[in-house]
Amino acid sequence: MAGGGVSTIAVLGMPNTGKSTLFNQLTGSHAHIGNWPGLTVDLMQAEVDLQGTPAQLVDLPGIYDLRGHSDDEAVVRRFLESTRLDLVVVVLNASQLDRQLRLALQVRQLGLPAVLLLNMADEAKRFGVSIDSAALAEELAMPVVLLSAKYRRGLGEARHQMAKAISRGIGAQAAVAHLEACLAEGDDALQRQIVQLLESSVTLPPQWRDRLTRRLDGVLLHPLLGLPLFFLVMALMFQGIYAIGVPLQEALGTLLDSFGQGVIAPLIRGLPAFAQGFLLEGVYQGIGTVSAFLPVIFLFFLAMGVVEDSGYLSRAAYLMDAFMERLGLDGRSFVLSLMGFGCNVPAIMGTRVMRDRGLRLLSMLIIPFSLCSARLNVFLFMASVFFAPRVGGLVIFGLYVMSFAAAIVTALLFKGRFSSNEPLVLELPPYRFPTLRQMVGRAWLEVRHFWFWSRRFIILGVVAVWLLNNLPFGVEPASAQSFSGWIGRALMPVLGPLGINPKLAVALLFGFIAKEIVLGGLAVIYGQANPLALGHALALDVNWVQAVSFMLFTLLYTPCLSTVAVIRSESKSAKFTWFSVLWSLALAWLTSFVFYQLATVLGWGPLGVH
Amino acid sequence: MRTPAHLADLAPGQSATIAAIEANPGLRNRLEALGLSRGQRVQMLRRAWLAGPLHVRVGMTELMLRRADAARVGLEAGLDPWPVAA
Repeated sequence: MAGGGVSTIAVLGMPNTGKSTLFNQLTGSHAHIGNWPGLTVDLMQAEVDLQGTPAQLVDLPGIYDLRGHSDDEAVVRRFLESTRLDLVVVVLNASQLDRQLRLALQVRQLGLPAVLLLNMADEAKRFGVSIDSAALAEELAMPVVLLSAKYRRGLGEARHQMAKAISRGIGAQAAVAHLEACLAEGDDALQRQIVQLLESSVTLPPQWRDRLTRRLDGVLLHPLLGLPLFFLVMALMFQGIYAIGVPLQEALGTLLDSFGQGVIAPLIRGLPAFAQGFLLEGVYQGIGTVSAFLPVIFLFFLAMGVVEDSGYLSRAAYLMDAFMERLGLDGRSFVLSLMGFGCNVPAIMGTRVMRDRGLRLLSMLIIPFSLCSARLNVFLFMASVFFAPRVGGLVIFGLYVMSFAAAIVTALLFKGRFSSNEPLVLELPPYRFPTLRQMVGRAWLEVRHFWFWSRRFIILGVVAVWLLNNLPFGVEPASAQSFSGWIGRALMPVLGPLGINPKLAVALLFGFIAKEIVLGGLAVIYGQANPLALGHALALDVNWVQAVSFMLFTLLYTPCLSTVAVIRSESKSAKFTWFSVLWSLALAWLTSFVFYQLATVLGWGPLGVH
Repeated sequence: MRTPAHLADLAPGQSATIAAIEANPGLRNRLEALGLSRGQRVQMLRRAWLAGPLHVRVGMTELMLRRADAARVGLEAGLDPWPVAA
């Protein structure tokens, strides 16, 4: 892909070195996803101007060792073997040079032109690690820059050294040949070289200086207090996200709605009624459904970024690991499932922190059972219609218990199929204060990614349901004569035994797009826009046993098309995506069936489907 | 205090020197990349309850690892000559 006078620079580094932050700082968030021939993963890349030299920066996956056995390590090797590079930027954590110098030495062994950037220099200084960068540069025979990407220090010098290294070069080097043999040759001397480099240019503190981390860990990882504290922090976080996010989502929804009615509707007034409805209620509301999600997703990634970058996420993994290990998962899967109680979509995207594919897929399989806010809306409404307030609260609590139970049962059933062979060895980084700028930038990137992926998918889905409701031409929308009415009746052999009548069946069909549409769908079907009137109509048509069966089904089946889309994009497997959708449908059907039939046998609620 | 044979059995506060990594190449590689290699001093910081993970420090890096994986890290025999760091 290099050529036309543009230099290609690869950014290589270990995990937890702030490499992505540094990449974003160097490229000013112009990064986009690039496809590289022969690679199975997407790499972020950006075109930048390095003091007059146009260059293309490619962010390689974080790896520990060029000779390592993980997927990411294989990807980096393939990249180096197939790409002509002008420069490799090696990013290391300055305070952990004692083990990270290995990567810089391996790059040197390959004979690639390199610049070494020692990130988190502020932290190294605080911990009493002092580095003689001039001596290190001389011994390694590559420029060394101490910097802090988080506090934006040393970035100018880094750019300067990168530009200088490129201008010194003689055009792009050939891709590395015989990479593995070349690395193997240098391996024996590696440990000796590291010791030698450390002796000549790095002074390590005689004792660990990070007393803040030591003290915080004493409390936060306490065998008794650790978990309750963790749950408290999580509860507060969810409260915060909902206190801010839900009003924002509603405000944005109202805004988009009035824009549609006030601006778009007059614009398309000249068109036939069917085309008007299609554009406004189909296409425009499809876009609106996706957009209204964005504030909550942004807040989620903001909160998740803080939890992760502060170092608490790895601690949560430590606290929950004993329990999760027995389910074939690990501590991180638990944290992500908790995230899923807000919205499943960012939680599934969050599984990227896992390297092992089996573990990642099993986590993606259980996250959709987390009772998300959209489902909670439906349950709060149904509970208020069918139960007295005190009982209603118990019903909602019961649904939360069911949500956990479904995740645990799923993990136990499939842990053999998605077994993870990667041992859990995680770094517990020192506690850090994330900067607001960094967190906002990161959340923004995630939101862009979500928008890019899900818009086509959701819009198509919403348009399809609208068409089902309004075809054949001239029918009353969502009536028994419409296609969706036919489908509702056609589903009766399957859904009838669960106590779900044709009208509820159509609502469930809407719910496949997004649970936000379920209440709106019921309103259209029962012809009652006012929630109170809708409640009355519903209570006349359905008894409480049927209502609970409907809620159980709603809880367990596919949360929404966004979730399906994101499972597809993250797993990169259509087969797994189908499996996930079908399993959740099967579990939903079975649970509702058992509940409804048992309740019928026990004589709860009047018999029969209306 | 005598040093146990494996990292999995080290008591909180106790330090030891790593003698060997007896793991498959994949795990060995990962452990070494995180600093757990032959000749390094390792200190046990805490052990989670209910057979949960271990929290250790090696060099300038703190790690959590499962007991099964820590049982692959062999320690040099001998007394613990280093005092417990406060």
